[in-house]
Amino acid sequence: MVAIYFVASIFNASLVLNSLEKAFQTFVKLLPVLVLVFGVIFVVNLLLNPEKIKRHLGHDSGIKGWFFASAASVLIVSPPYVVFPLLGQLKEHGMRYSLMAVFLGNRNVQPAFLPVMAFYFGLPFTVVISVYILIFSVLSGIIMGKVMKESESIPMSDVAGIV
Amino acid sequence: MKIAFKKTLQTLKMSLPIMAGILMLISLLNPLFEIYYPRIFTGNYFLDPLIGAIAGSVSFGIPVASYVVGGELIKGGVSLLAVAAFILSWSTVGLVVLPLEIASLGKKFAVWRNSLNFVFSIIISILTILTLKFIL
Repeated sequence: MVAIYFVASIFNASLVLNSLEKAFQTFVKLLPVLVLVFGVIFVVNLLLNPEKIKRHLGHDSGIKGWFFASAASVLIVSPPYVVFPLLGQLKEHGMRYSLMAVFLGNRNVQPAFLPVMAFYFGLPFTVVISVYILIFSVLSGIIMGKVMKESESIPMSDVAGIV
Repeated sequence: MKIAFKKTLQTLKMSLPIMAGILMLISLLNPLFEIYYPRIFTGNYFLDPLIGAIAGSVSFGIPVASYVVGGELIKGGVSLLAVAAFILSWSTVGLVVLPLEIASLGKKFAVWRNSLNFVFSIIISILTILTLKFIL
């Protein structure tokens, strides 16, 4: 980034200065939101660990598995190069393809980052898009389950528990 | 408690430089390109999210970075419709990291999931904007 700014300053120094000032102003405005974001991430890290997730996303997880896949993807903040190997590991432990699709589809609804989304796009947008993301992630899970020819056996005890 | 703090610090270390870098890049590029945005993003209910979804698909990262980019693009004149598709495909479709997804989860799963999420990012963005128009 420093190199890009250096090259740009050779051609147009005032543009570079204005850009830097604007970037700094935006960053300062974002700071209170970021404090909140990392506070939430800390609480989530305190309550969740991979072992807990593994326990709830296996082949026999039933309807609860769908809930846990959504909850885990909403709560875990990780870059893709961490998420894919983690899911690969969970697959080895019996995680279903449909739940992986749910997990990956929900990555935009992270409470930790929602304040930033609301900061930029407003609260109504944040709420509406989050609801659609959750609905479509389940749809994506169902479709991916069919595509991967997954046997969908949901224990009746789970269904009874939810009803 | 210590582990949770360490993990949070790691996330902080990883996220802040990315966000600062993206902010700096967008602040530099926006003034150069914002005159073209109104011509590209006309508010068309299919083309705007399609372009947004394509742009988001070639980039992939933590969702919060896409909010920063999207927010700055809106200030530059890009439609919310396009930005909604952009932020959705940013975190759910990853052409750059497709080899990693294939290696971890298999080719069939990776190709199908990415294709499906690309289409869904367009549909969700359209539904979101229509819903907002209806309720607000």
